[in-house]
Amino acid sequence: MSFAEVSDLYQDVILRHARQPLHMRRPAQIDATASGDNPMCGDRCQVFVHFAPDGSARNIGFEARGCAISMASADLMAEAATGRMPASVRALAADFAALVRTGATASHDPAIEQLKPLSGVSEYPSRIKCATLPWAALLAALDGATEATSE
Amino acid sequence: MNQIAPLPATAFDVERIRADFPILSQTVRGKKLVFLDSAASAQKPRAVIDAMTLAMETQYANVHRGLHWMSERTTDAYESVRDQVAALLHAPSRDEIIFTRNTTEAINLVAHSYGRSALQPGQAVVISEMEHHSNIVPWQMLRDAHGIELRVAPVTDGGELDLAALETLLGDRRVGLVSITHMSNVLGTYTPAERIASLAHEYGARVLFDGSQAVVHRAINVQALDADFYVFTGHKLYGPTGIGVLWARAELLEQMPPFLGGGDMIASVTFEHSTWARVPHKFEAGTPAILEAIGLGAAISYVQSIGYDAIAAHERALTDHALATLSSIEGLHVIGRAQDRGGVVSFTMDGAHAHDIATLLDRNGIAVRAGHHCAEPLMHRLGLDSTARASFALYTTRGEIDTLSESLHRVRSFFQ
Repeated sequence: MSFAEVSDLYQDVILRHARQPLHMRRPAQIDATASGDNPMCGDRCQVFVHFAPDGSARNIGFEARGCAISMASADLMAEAATGRMPASVRALAADFAALVRTGATASHDPAIEQLKPLSGVSEYPSRIKCATLPWAALLAALDGATEATSE
Repeated sequence: MNQIAPLPATAFDVERIRADFPILSQTVRGKKLVFLDSAASAQKPRAVIDAMTLAMETQYANVHRGLHWMSERTTDAYESVRDQVAALLHAPSRDEIIFTRNTTEAINLVAHSYGRSALQPGQAVVISEMEHHSNIVPWQMLRDAHGIELRVAPVTDGGELDLAALETLLGDRRVGLVSITHMSNVLGTYTPAERIASLAHEYGARVLFDGSQAVVHRAINVQALDADFYVFTGHKLYGPTGIGVLWARAELLEQMPPFLGGGDMIASVTFEHSTWARVPHKFEAGTPAILEAIGLGAAISYVQSIGYDAIAAHERALTDHALATLSSIEGLHVIGRAQDRGGVVSFTMDGAHAHDIATLLDRNGIAVRAGHHCAEPLMHRLGLDSTARASFALYTTRGEIDTLSESLHRVRSFFQ
């Protein structure tokens, strides 16, 4: 018996990002920050944003405790959202939410490709929130809130 | 199925027991179901399913009010479960058995009714660090509404109640009630209920035990424990959801005001004034969970037909096996090492979050719980965010624990 059955969920890229997240750090300069909590499992994710003068997210970092899915999702999110204007981050967040709920995407946003390794979450309804938690925190930070409101 | 030679009456034949639980022959994701989440809610034997179905098919009406055959028979069936529960708990009187929706509602009943009438502002309630949220939040609500103080007795690093600290908390004799679990749903620890009760009484406090877990695994004698209140829920005891039990001493119940008002709990009603029905009906407002009570009665009969001695011996062997097997997995840490513990084993694993463990195990058909187990303060006390938990029932086999252990070895290598 192996865990071949879960390779749809735990793709290598996810395990890699979960083990060694590249963006799990507090940026030197922080313009906005917000936390998201998943009270059912105790996962917590705080996202930090430093904006460029044009209003785009120059630097995104996070601090988190949680499962492999939420850690990898936070790291992939930081990678995909960096350099974007807030409106474009929100659009990508909506595309991502659809991706993890349905397993597919109609998005033409090139960044969605980076996030596709998380599409397997759609087969695990109890785990969808793990993947969306960092995004909820990021959107809250963009809105000037300090806490993501739970769905 | 029935080709096995009959065993002596004393032997515990787990395969024969498993045949009584239809769901255990189900497959999950193509794998044989290995259900190790009975501490959250247990599976139901055929006897329970049939008793509830049979009642609906042959003998059902509302209770306590109909002057017709169906209502009388249903009332008899419902009320006979009160006798069964009284016998199960070794309660002195059937009138001391109150049916509630679950443990949570039973504790809320005590907090609301006893808490607001017998406890005075400035008095204290003591709980412990290893309580389920159901034995924390009702007391916080009482504290905020009624001005009582809430004190928390610590647990030791090994996961046992710190009795010396409990005695210190009782020292100023301002504690009116000690409300403590009889068996932890996270650590499996049995608390020394007799000693807790005698300590509480020595300092003038009453004592409530949350028996949600304990009643599943051990014979309970509320008189031997010298308890004042004892609560449990039906669905963990192989019965249906929606039915729980509060036992309390008759003299306490007599003094306590009703919790909910409505039909069935009154003696007479005018627009000016109502008078209450006698105990226990004073505490059972509205149409009760009739079918669920009948299901609980069938569950109690089922458990008693196997016998608590046999169940306890079986589960002790399983727990010993699980502790030995799981502890040998590198990087796996069993949480709690109480001397007296039951079939609940929580653990963490280096490099693997509890939710990831649970998802991987689920792919092998193994159901475990992961998270804070409705005991967040205990998690904080232990410095943990979450654990995975395997819990055992009378239908759990040694082979299932081996399957769990093999799978955990693979989880370990997966996340390394």
